[in-house]
Amino acid sequence: MSKAPDNSGRRKFLTLTTGVVGAIGAAAVAVPFVKSWSPSEKAKAAGAPVAVDFSKIQPGQLIRVEWRGKPVWIVSRTQKVLDELSTLDGKLRDPASEQAQQPDYATNPLRSLKSEIFVAVGICTHLGCSPTYLPDSFSEQVEGVESGFFCPCHGSKFDMAGRVFQNVPAPLNLVVPPHHYVSDTQILIGLDKGDA
Amino acid sequence: MLKKLVLDGIDWVDARIPMTETWNKHLAQYPTPVNFNFWYFFGSLAMLVLVNQILTGIWLTMHYNPSAEGAFASIEYIMRDVPYGWLLRYMHSTGASAFFVVIYLHMFRGLIYGSYQKPRELIWIFGMLIFLVLMAEAFMGYLLPWGQMSFWGAQVIISLFGAIPIIGDDLTLWIRGDYVISGATLNRFFALHVVALPLALVGLVFLHIIALHEVGSNNPDGVEIKQKKGTASEEAKGKFTFHKQYSGKKDIIDAVPFHPYFTVKDIMGVAGFLICFAAVIFFIPEGGGYFLEPPNFEAANGLKTPDHIAPVWYYTPYYAILRAIPDKLIGVVFFGGSIAILFLLPWLDRCKVKSIRYRSWKHKLNITQFIICFIVLGVLGALPATPLLTTIAQVASVGYFGFFIALWVYSKNEKTKPLPTRLTH
Repeated sequence: MSKAPDNSGRRKFLTLTTGVVGAIGAAAVAVPFVKSWSPSEKAKAAGAPVAVDFSKIQPGQLIRVEWRGKPVWIVSRTQKVLDELSTLDGKLRDPASEQAQQPDYATNPLRSLKSEIFVAVGICTHLGCSPTYLPDSFSEQVEGVESGFFCPCHGSKFDMAGRVFQNVPAPLNLVVPPHHYVSDTQILIGLDKGDA
Repeated sequence: MLKKLVLDGIDWVDARIPMTETWNKHLAQYPTPVNFNFWYFFGSLAMLVLVNQILTGIWLTMHYNPSAEGAFASIEYIMRDVPYGWLLRYMHSTGASAFFVVIYLHMFRGLIYGSYQKPRELIWIFGMLIFLVLMAEAFMGYLLPWGQMSFWGAQVIISLFGAIPIIGDDLTLWIRGDYVISGATLNRFFALHVVALPLALVGLVFLHIIALHEVGSNNPDGVEIKQKKGTASEEAKGKFTFHKQYSGKKDIIDAVPFHPYFTVKDIMGVAGFLICFAAVIFFIPEGGGYFLEPPNFEAANGLKTPDHIAPVWYYTPYYAILRAIPDKLIGVVFFGGSIAILFLLPWLDRCKVKSIRYRSWKHKLNITQFIICFIVLGVLGALPATPLLTTIAQVASVGYFGFFIALWVYSKNEKTKPLPTRLTH
């Protein structure tokens, strides 16, 4: 140690600069730790789009496919169901799909590209359960409505366009995933038309 | 000869680390109020359960396979093929519930005797942090068996973060490390459950006890056992020697050393606790579906939601509050608020009298209604939601938060009974 008397201004400066440089270093070191929690390349690859052949779907039938580990529904809607949908506006939270829960091309009253085929992620917007499809017995949940989706976890209800009913815990309509028709019988889920 | 050898050995160690000093300061000469009752068993019991969880946890790790492919099967392997694996696992799973039983009773003790009040605010804060870490620890542990309820329970809880505006979706993606709960989520939860959170827990328990010994224990009368030096009679001070850290500046009255008086009493508590604990482990290890839920005996399946998702019993009061509110974001805010408000308890209670024994009828009524609301919420949180039950949950939620608001209001000028000058026993 030097015999010179302590220069307190200098000592303060050294302490401060060392502290600041150290803190910046610590913050930089935090980056790999934080980033390593993001989805890995493998997880991202597993999130690739899924092609579905729906040529064998029956009227009123729901087929379930897996995309990014989530259930995606492809539902065939009959004319009767489509007629019913237009009468429900007063009972819904967001009948005109103003909340961004669907791609632009599905922001229409039926929330779909083709009126008879409805595509949605089958996960309740409340807390992530998968609602049950009730093609004939939905009137037990909402009077006068024959078909819809009912979430068994906390009682949220959705119509046949995935629109949420009022007075249930789910805040938003079901998510319509990006999708487009490759041909008359095949649909690609996970990718908008025109995207590579 | 042998005795001399032992004494020399102790001296040798004491000259190098303060072993006898620490023993005296925190056990053999730590002044403990004489009037500790039943409610004072649960601190030491919590430590016992912590040791149980760490020991059984380490042993379970030796057989468990932390991967989405192998986790569920490895639990079956532990239950069926590993010698005594079933016992180690049931000790661990029952231990989780026992931990919360003991902690809730420990918190209740603090609540009724005002042990959170000045100067013990930090003890309460450390205790609340322990409670918070414990909830995270139990939540992450529950994912590890990779059963249906593990999966869907985690799905529901992680989705709560999605309610945060703007960053919500990215945050849930970051927590899961995938677009859904997957092996990536399982592995990070495993790491946090077996390494990170137990370390935090042990560190917080240490701070909790250091903070307690710094200010000294409260007691059922809520009057201090430390008086101004030179004011206490010899009779009040009694015949015991206390460490000079405590007796140097103050006169200690109505106290006995923690060891052997309360070590022996606590061992009696341990015996009683272990009888109950063993009874559950051997006769109802699943706790009637409340400790281990039936859907968890089925492997996780992301495409099939169980009919009814209920959290494990120790989370149900807060979960009932979450569900009682029809708006997602506000629900999550109140869900978090129901825990956060407990941190503020030392400042919400403005009364100078600590123990419920000497406080007003308003306070007794308020604590009673709070406990009733808490239990009602706990029961409702485990049941499926119906309109009637939701209404009841809303009323009970008002009671839960009302406790804190009412406390803040009446405690300012509360009509209390006169305090005794000595402990009553």
